[in-house]
Amino acid sequence: MRYLPLTPADRSAMCEAIGVASVDELFADVPKKAWLNGPIAGLPPHQGEIEVERHVAALATQNVAAGSCPSFLGAGAYRHHIPASVDQLLLRGEFLTSYTPYQPEVSQGTLQALFEFQTQVAMLTGMDVANASMYDGSTACAEAVMMAARITGRSRAVMSGNLHPHDIDVTRTMARLTGFTALAAPPAPDGHEDLASVIDGETACVVVGYPDFFGHVRDYRALAEAVHAKGALLIVSVKEVVALGLLMSPGEMGADIVVAEGQSLGNALNFGGPYLGLFACRDKFVRQMPGRLCGQTVDAEGKRGFVLTLSTREQHIRREKATSNICTNSGLCALAFTIHVSLLGEEGLRRLAALNHAKAMQLADKIADVPGCKLLNDSFFNEFTIALPKPAAEVVEKLAKLPILAGVPVSRFYTGQKKLENLLLVAATELNTDKDTDVFVKNLREVCGC
Amino acid sequence: MRMLNRQGRPSSPASVAPSENRALMLEEPLIFEQGQEGRTGVDFPPAGLKHDRLGGLRRSAIGLPGLSEPQVVRHFTRLSQKNFGIDSTFYPLGSCTMKHNPRLNEKMARLPGFADLHPMQPIETVQGALALIDELADWLLKLTGMHAVAMSPGAGAHGEFCGMAAIKMALEARGEGHRRRVLVPESAHGTNPATAASLGFTVDPIPALDGRVDLKAFEAKLGPDVAGIMLTNPNTCGLFERDIIAIAADIHKAGGYFYCDGANFNAIVGRVRPADLGIDVMHINLHKTFSTPHGGGGPGSGPVVFAESLAPYAPLPRIVREGDKLRLIEHAKDAEGAPFGRIKSFHGQMGMFVRALTYMLSHGADGLHQVASDAVLSANYILASLKDVMSAPFAGPCMHEALFDDKFLEGTGVTTLDFAKALIDRGFHPMTMYFPLVVHGALLIEPTETESKETLDEFIAALRDLAEAAKRGEADIFKQSPRHTPRRRLDETRAARQPVLRWRG
Repeated sequence: MRYLPLTPADRSAMCEAIGVASVDELFADVPKKAWLNGPIAGLPPHQGEIEVERHVAALATQNVAAGSCPSFLGAGAYRHHIPASVDQLLLRGEFLTSYTPYQPEVSQGTLQALFEFQTQVAMLTGMDVANASMYDGSTACAEAVMMAARITGRSRAVMSGNLHPHDIDVTRTMARLTGFTALAAPPAPDGHEDLASVIDGETACVVVGYPDFFGHVRDYRALAEAVHAKGALLIVSVKEVVALGLLMSPGEMGADIVVAEGQSLGNALNFGGPYLGLFACRDKFVRQMPGRLCGQTVDAEGKRGFVLTLSTREQHIRREKATSNICTNSGLCALAFTIHVSLLGEEGLRRLAALNHAKAMQLADKIADVPGCKLLNDSFFNEFTIALPKPAAEVVEKLAKLPILAGVPVSRFYTGQKKLENLLLVAATELNTDKDTDVFVKNLREVCGC
Repeated sequence: MRMLNRQGRPSSPASVAPSENRALMLEEPLIFEQGQEGRTGVDFPPAGLKHDRLGGLRRSAIGLPGLSEPQVVRHFTRLSQKNFGIDSTFYPLGSCTMKHNPRLNEKMARLPGFADLHPMQPIETVQGALALIDELADWLLKLTGMHAVAMSPGAGAHGEFCGMAAIKMALEARGEGHRRRVLVPESAHGTNPATAASLGFTVDPIPALDGRVDLKAFEAKLGPDVAGIMLTNPNTCGLFERDIIAIAADIHKAGGYFYCDGANFNAIVGRVRPADLGIDVMHINLHKTFSTPHGGGGPGSGPVVFAESLAPYAPLPRIVREGDKLRLIEHAKDAEGAPFGRIKSFHGQMGMFVRALTYMLSHGADGLHQVASDAVLSANYILASLKDVMSAPFAGPCMHEALFDDKFLEGTGVTTLDFAKALIDRGFHPMTMYFPLVVHGALLIEPTETESKETLDEFIAALRDLAEAAKRGEADIFKQSPRHTPRRRLDETRAARQPVLRWRG
């Protein structure tokens, strides 16, 4: 067994040193009736690298990799190019195989990278501070709502109907379990909804998507004022973080807390996980922020160094008084993000964002030309909504056989809502070629029967 | 004495630790303190963006620095060199399970058929991914003897939340939502009481007796308002809860549920099935037991296994088999039972699932049985080899981690922290300190099953040396530690009192 270094001779020598006849004696505290005599039935014995590789690779080939065909899927997960050096650096054992930086003197690499990550996230979102990341964008959203409730002392959250449905679902689950109220407006595929009118003195926060689930880019400056006038907080949730390379930052629009899904930068699609929750807020709320935080300090010689800090908010010390039970962050995903953003820099990120937007505009125009297809957006970044002449799920299934991954039917998130049945979310990124676009549009035309 | 050659240079290598090589003790500025405006590390074709449809919302400067690719590669390579990882050093962090991370796992997770899969692809295009999740779920169910599994939790603490949420829902479904009290032994992980509290339960601590649940105290706390118990087993003192079957029977008799924190499953995997102990729900940290990389603290993955009693409440999404096809259930109305909702986007930590299954297949059922044996043997070897110079608070064998207290440092002027920092200068990552809370000045050592006897012997020798030096009154070397690290001891109080959480130029 190649991962186990102890030889039978080592094991006997160690048993002798301990003073037991066999390892079984060391399990004496386990009730005898719970002992298993021999390996568990129905599971295979150990295998060499060749066999394991063959087995797992065979499962992989039963999938259609998104990059193996024209693909236009978004809805909260985006396929972008990841520079080769990102993964090579990530695989360095000192990053990959290290743990939570409990010993800062030998974890300065991880800690400095987290400090850089926090700074980049604050810059991108236009906020003062950011934490060291959360599980993903949806859990960050739920945590932001709970944080707003702590800050305002109010327990009702108003969520835009155009928030990503998973943000709504996860926040509602947390609401139901931890005792606050989360109200969600109905989805508005045309992008127009009036949230300002539902804010009252009980409202802790208003949560909006930017761009929203249907791809609309809305100016929230007036909403921010209305929210603040009622003593509530504005939470902005971003699912496509590349958009922040081109769009006015949520901070500039008056957001108090910004959460985002950071997968787009540095992280592969991975069938939905692991992803990277970004969490940023105003300075004055920092002690109410959930999750791990890295801070700057000095060492015994006065040199700058970094440590995990303000952990009294967390499970480490206060236990049942902790503001959350979170004890980890998406460390490696955050590192991938930071390396990718460092490679891009100001210039690269702007160019990447511009390229995404240009590709999406081109695609939107071509699809809108297909008879029976209607573009619902007047504004968008790299994703938009198309109304098809027939149910979107049918169209997507037909195109998948070619294979073309045509987009995400809105009905996948909202089952049984007839008026949303024909809507298709379509995303373009820098990875879509002109040929991809042409193949997609040509076949869409055929499938739509026009 | 060192020999000199004819040029007067030493002819034998100096006996210094590699970390004393000043030429590699590189200072590395922040990424924001480097670069030039207009420089970039990624080339893109021109976008040709003559107009936009951004609703009039173009942004101003972001503030990111501009660096070329070689500059970025060098920056992060240098940062990596300031880290201890399990690939470079022995990392016996108790309660955290730092074991070998096979690169085969990494290779498999990067196959385009997994890494380049969009979570919202049509189901027929992801049958292999669903089959892998299903196969991993089958391993978890067979290894635990449980009835159902939820794959979506993003980390161990998230899994705890998921498991306790199922308990809450089950109680409410029974019309017993008034059961609000959760019993949490003092030897539990710190996340356990935080989890119970965040779900609105009242945390009622159970005192420890010789490092285990005090059965009498536990029984005295049972009552009609008890929702359940959260027990870590093996517990954070490194001990197996001998009375666990009685505890399960008692809590069930009192109408409560039994949550087990399975973070230490490593110690019993393949030797004991949690279901046979009477557990209702338990999370499993894939990174601890099945070796997915820790990456400086995450990402994690915390699948939760449920006994029949709680299986209906398992959250969404779920995978079901229909003929020879697999299907994903993403909406409550399509699911059997009473799922309490969704706790995370999409379908779980696929990247971690691939790594964990790869590891399981490599070990097989026989190898996993050996894993628990070797982990326990290594921990007991350390315990036995150091008992005469360090002080162990509890008698008898331990499970996968060896616990010492700070009695052996009494009167030496050396604190637990000093002792740990001195170990860094000996080339080892320190053990967990000051945890568990039930032991004064705790030192919790977890060697795991992937360390050789030679490494264990070197580590034991280093600890013996240090313990003896402390007893000889050489407190000074401890106070000065660590000396051979990129930074000396860091001022954590200052970091908390005057928080600087980002670069501001």
